[in-house]
Amino acid sequence: MTATETPPVVVEPDANGNRIIGRPRVRREDPRLLSGEAKFTDDLDLPGALHLAVLRSPLAHARITSIDLSGALGLPGVVAAYTGEDLADLWATPMPCAWAVTEDMLNSPHYPIAIGKVCYVGDGVAAVLATSNEAARDALESIIVDYDPLPAVVDLEDALSDRVLVHEDLGTNTSYTWKLDVGLDEVEAAFASAAHVVKERYVQQRLIPMAMEPRAVAAVPQPFGGDITLYSATQIPHVLKVMTAITLGIPEQQLRVIAPSVGGGFGSKLDVYAEELLCTALAQKHRVAVRWVEERTENAQATIQGRGQIQDIELAADENGKLLAVRVNLLADMGGYLQLITPGIPLLGAFLYAGVYDLPLAYSFTCTGVYTTLTPTDAYRGAGRPEATYAIERAMDRLAVATGLDPVELRRRNFIQKEQFPYTAFTGLVYDSGDHDGALTKALAMVDYDGVRAEQAARRAAGSTRHLGIGISTYFEMCGLAPSRVLASLNYSAGGWESATVRVLPTNKVQVVTGASPHGQGHETSWSMIVAERLGVDPDDVDVLHSDTALAPLGMDTYGSRSLAVGGIAIYQAIDKVIDKARLIAAHILECDPLDLEFDLGTFSVRGTPSSQVPLAQVAFAAFTAHDLPDGLEPNLEAQVTYDPPNFSWPFGTHICVLDIDEETGAIDVVKFVAVDDCGNQINPTIVDGQVHGGVIQGLAQALFEEAIYDADGNPLTSTLADYLVPAACDVPPITTGHTITPSPTNPLGVKGIGEAGTIGSAPAVMNAVVDALSHLGVTEMAMPASPLRVWTAIEAARVAGGASPTAATPGGAS
Amino acid sequence: MIPAAFDYTVAESVDHAIALLGEHGDDAKLIAGGHSLLPLMKLRLATPAMLIDVDRLDELSFVRDGGDHIAIGARTRHHDVQNSLLLQTDVPILAHAAGQVGDPQVRHRGTIGGSIAHADPASDLPAVLLALGGSLVARGPSGDRVIDARDFFVGFLESALAPTEVLTEIRVPKVPGVGWSFQKFNRRAQDWAIVGVAAVHNNGSSGVGLVNMGSTPLFAAGVVEALRNGASAADAAAHADEGTEPQTDINATPEYRRHLVKVLVRRALEEAGA
Repeated sequence: MTATETPPVVVEPDANGNRIIGRPRVRREDPRLLSGEAKFTDDLDLPGALHLAVLRSPLAHARITSIDLSGALGLPGVVAAYTGEDLADLWATPMPCAWAVTEDMLNSPHYPIAIGKVCYVGDGVAAVLATSNEAARDALESIIVDYDPLPAVVDLEDALSDRVLVHEDLGTNTSYTWKLDVGLDEVEAAFASAAHVVKERYVQQRLIPMAMEPRAVAAVPQPFGGDITLYSATQIPHVLKVMTAITLGIPEQQLRVIAPSVGGGFGSKLDVYAEELLCTALAQKHRVAVRWVEERTENAQATIQGRGQIQDIELAADENGKLLAVRVNLLADMGGYLQLITPGIPLLGAFLYAGVYDLPLAYSFTCTGVYTTLTPTDAYRGAGRPEATYAIERAMDRLAVATGLDPVELRRRNFIQKEQFPYTAFTGLVYDSGDHDGALTKALAMVDYDGVRAEQAARRAAGSTRHLGIGISTYFEMCGLAPSRVLASLNYSAGGWESATVRVLPTNKVQVVTGASPHGQGHETSWSMIVAERLGVDPDDVDVLHSDTALAPLGMDTYGSRSLAVGGIAIYQAIDKVIDKARLIAAHILECDPLDLEFDLGTFSVRGTPSSQVPLAQVAFAAFTAHDLPDGLEPNLEAQVTYDPPNFSWPFGTHICVLDIDEETGAIDVVKFVAVDDCGNQINPTIVDGQVHGGVIQGLAQALFEEAIYDADGNPLTSTLADYLVPAACDVPPITTGHTITPSPTNPLGVKGIGEAGTIGSAPAVMNAVVDALSHLGVTEMAMPASPLRVWTAIEAARVAGGASPTAATPGGAS
Repeated sequence: MIPAAFDYTVAESVDHAIALLGEHGDDAKLIAGGHSLLPLMKLRLATPAMLIDVDRLDELSFVRDGGDHIAIGARTRHHDVQNSLLLQTDVPILAHAAGQVGDPQVRHRGTIGGSIAHADPASDLPAVLLALGGSLVARGPSGDRVIDARDFFVGFLESALAPTEVLTEIRVPKVPGVGWSFQKFNRRAQDWAIVGVAAVHNNGSSGVGLVNMGSTPLFAAGVVEALRNGASAADAAAHADEGTEPQTDINATPEYRRHLVKVLVRRALEEAGA
């Protein structure tokens, strides 16, 4: 035996019989990402490529009266320049919106370069191709555009009034009205007779997803056969391939899409963008590679934004605080155009406005999507579900005040109980498993709830100007997008399945092909752990192929916390098939009945006769040589599975925030943040914690820091990282994570999702803590982000209004 | 984020830089760490035709004992100001404030001279210089002159430097053992202050500088005068917004800034022992 052949260390299995799954493991992706070895789209070396630059509208709303390209065309290095009209023939269809949420949804045609009219600051007005990025960008300054300015539409209620039409062809700014009503009579009756009614309005400010890698595209015509390869910093190479083929009228088989290393997306790269279509169309037209990379300021204007809703929520409760009915009216900001799934985003929250609570069949939800003259909105981490959770969890705190109950007690009285799972909700959706009280109880212990409430009371008694606030949120996430039949019922134009291939190579190394498309999640690590656990190989001997439609032709990509709960199960099932086939070969080798074989740690052995065994390596080689296979068996050891989930998965948890507010300045200092998240069984706890940390910070950023601000004319005021306040490492508090584990019964790994949970749970916990901290001063509401200016202004306003009212005092438990 | 085209020359010496400034006139800008100028150029808010690089003038990187003062070379980086034992002992407020500028990357590139010559009312170090009553050495075609810090900041992003002068040295009085405080109020650690206050106090003699309370870094004369007349820290702080012209931006209203500056001056004076 040589030094390189040290036997694998066999660790003792855990209670689930696992040796690799469920144990922390360092991400294999990180060394190359952190050392600069990984190639992002803009790192690709493409000799001779032309560089695209897009001239962007400086006005939010205007008619284009003339465009003079001549100044740009004469500049050194400039190869071509185009207006929207020049390019109109290149598009077989307008840009795609894949989610017509209602039969009568209004969608105005939207082209990669605007034709005749601009609808937001950042809308493309002209395109330049040049031999360098510098020459292309310089040339933009020599294009003369005359605009006839139109009034901006910035405010959602103003948009609803149709005072100014964003798209005259539609005749209204309302794109759609979507309803989900369950028991309207019961809703009316509940509100008429309820002991307690809470009626609140919350504003979800617009957020800029601000992935670390901006968008980048390169379209490369292949030297033979007319094919074209589209590289893009995208979350969705498979969807992008289909949509690009349709929009450009290119035969789909001639298009290959590759997502190289992708530096974050958070939903902003779950889209089909103008620059992807422009690069591809112009590469075809010029028969030369065309590339583009986004500037940070463009990213803040021309990449989709998240949230953007006004939420009216009403709760009816009985004298014990038990919920009787929920009524929700949303006004959702579509922005200037409908992007890929813009209209559906608020509806992903439609099922969650009753949160984790046991609601009778009395629920009324209406969402109206309106156009504004702002950057289009679309998916952003959580996509509809953080907004829903925010509204119900903030409103539950108001109900706690109204009923005089501690927010903890009120939640406990309303929880769906552990024994009720699987639970058929008022919507008809089945919640797979849950233990809300378990997560809450654990979080309360971790944060020392009684201790912090006592300190809060002591500070108030002492008249301190530093006010302690404690905020709780208990959440459900609907993830694992998605059962295709449910998507059909929502009129979504694609399925929710995922594909996987598992292939054991002749040398017993393993290739996994996945249709999920990672952009920071660590799929390679997690997938290798699942395969290694089940096939008894070393995780480092498992290669994971992804993000290239030629290598992985089938896939529905990565978003909606779906990769593990859908793509991971596809892998699990493909492994089953591989083992089943290997068993036939092993039985053939051992001359026994396949049913008598056990498979463990990579070896088949005859049950009761463990000395009679054959390792998978031998089976793999036998499959390769095919010298002596059972009759009719194909000579390979691979299997492909396309898995359509039977249900969403429903992770849940409790987040608790403790913060300190300086009354004199309005500054907020988060003292403790406890996140107890239950995502079912965990594959890699290191990745779970990383997802929770990042998610909590993104939610906390919405609560305290981030806001895409526009002036009344629709000019963005936060287009740089100096103005758009993404918190840095030193600006965020220590986060204490904890977990409960309630496996999902709907899949064999018992897993749920974790990618969005942190964001969903954290913002309402922070904002509940802000209001809690100031409640004794008479502050009852605070808008996001709770900037020092806003906090100070609210304290001053409460002071002028005469201080605390009796109903705004400390929550019941501590008063 | 690509600047407009510009020419670039490396200054071999301070005198060479002065000669280049004379040659190129208003089209030229000096560049050292580049952390104020380059962002403006990338946004094409500044489009100098010529950059004169003084970043390689190692002769301007020093912290020296000048007897009653400490002399700091204009090209000394914030990181080196922050970590100078001489400054930590004799002018601790300056070492501390230098450690509050931007983030570590900024502090390893940005220079004290660049920060002061940029004359940004939102920068930290000018206010510290005003509180300390420092002075600045400028070299021009006819030699050196010394400018009192309180005469240096003349308008928005405008200093008393002549077009052909180079800031070479910053002088700050030694104040060992003197009470001091630097209050920087911002939303993120890396940001410019929404409002900042630098205060030193010693036996009835005080200096207070204000960050982001007008178009220039400001000396809080009203506060200092009140303290001289025996006012308490709290009473003196009530004068903190006198003579200020705070602006509106996405983080603050003028009213909020006027309130904040009073709170922060009071806290600074209390911390400094006034």
